[in-house]
Amino acid sequence: MRWMWIDRIIELVPQERMVAIKNVSLAEEHLHDHFAADASAGLAALPLMPASLIVEGLAQTGGVLVGHAAGFKHNVILAKVNKFELLRDATPGCTLRYTVVVERLDHIGASVNGTIDLMDHARPDAGWQAIGSIALMFSNLDNNAGGAGQAGLDFPAHNFVFSDQFKTILRCSGFAEN
Amino acid sequence: MTRDEIFVKVQKVLVDALAVDEDDVKPTASLVKDLGAESIDFLDIVFKLEQEFAIKIPQGELFPENVSQDPRFVKNGKVTEEGLAAMKARLPHVDFTPFEANPVINKVAEVFTVDTLVRFVEGKINK
Repeated sequence: MRWMWIDRIIELVPQERMVAIKNVSLAEEHLHDHFAADASAGLAALPLMPASLIVEGLAQTGGVLVGHAAGFKHNVILAKVNKFELLRDATPGCTLRYTVVVERLDHIGASVNGTIDLMDHARPDAGWQAIGSIALMFSNLDNNAGGAGQAGLDFPAHNFVFSDQFKTILRCSGFAEN
Repeated sequence: MTRDEIFVKVQKVLVDALAVDEDDVKPTASLVKDLGAESIDFLDIVFKLEQEFAIKIPQGELFPENVSQDPRFVKNGKVTEEGLAAMKARLPHVDFTPFEANPVINKVAEVFTVDTLVRFVEGKINK
């Protein structure tokens, strides 16, 4: 099972742009370890959404956008995080909004730019606050596995990237799979 | 665009793609051995060159493509004479001289230098 790090897709412009949201919940077990109280250091617990999982949420948003462009027929994987900046922490009860925009997209792969906004529901008057940005690169393995520097790499023939979970999240968000 | 102007732009692309110091991006620097490029960086470099120079780089035009899968081109982990001839024909901007002495397929990416990219772009935009 793939662990989904987006809750809902709220906007999709095929081949161009996708917006998804992620509700940060204290029901997510990992938040209790990130960070747990440390009595020996006199530190109270501080549950925060791990930045690495924000990156994963953005990668899933970008991955769905890029995969959707080709009807989820190819194995398109996150190949590189070129840049990532996060200006503040996301605490339980906040909502994160991931906006991903295609910079380049073809049969070889894609590069996308993304932004992260945060809604603090305790301060709705503040609206969506921009808290970070990212630049990601995706590779279409079906067309790249024989390229320079990748000689000798073997990948499964079946589509191991786009499980039904991605399609489910699209459908449940009210978007067609292709 | 002059060769020096192309070099400056290629330098910028590589600093961005490989997170290296500008001073390390010398014409003779090998992308793999000196600048630490990994397999996926080659794709990133293609993307960034396209953007920087407003050009389109078809797959296999800058870096070799599907050589390792062709049994005529690779035998026992080494590129055959036929394979070498094919790569030279497809990639005229690459100097394969240092590779020819020991044409191990896994080392083929090492022949790409900063100057290789400059020559490629020069040929592309000054056509």
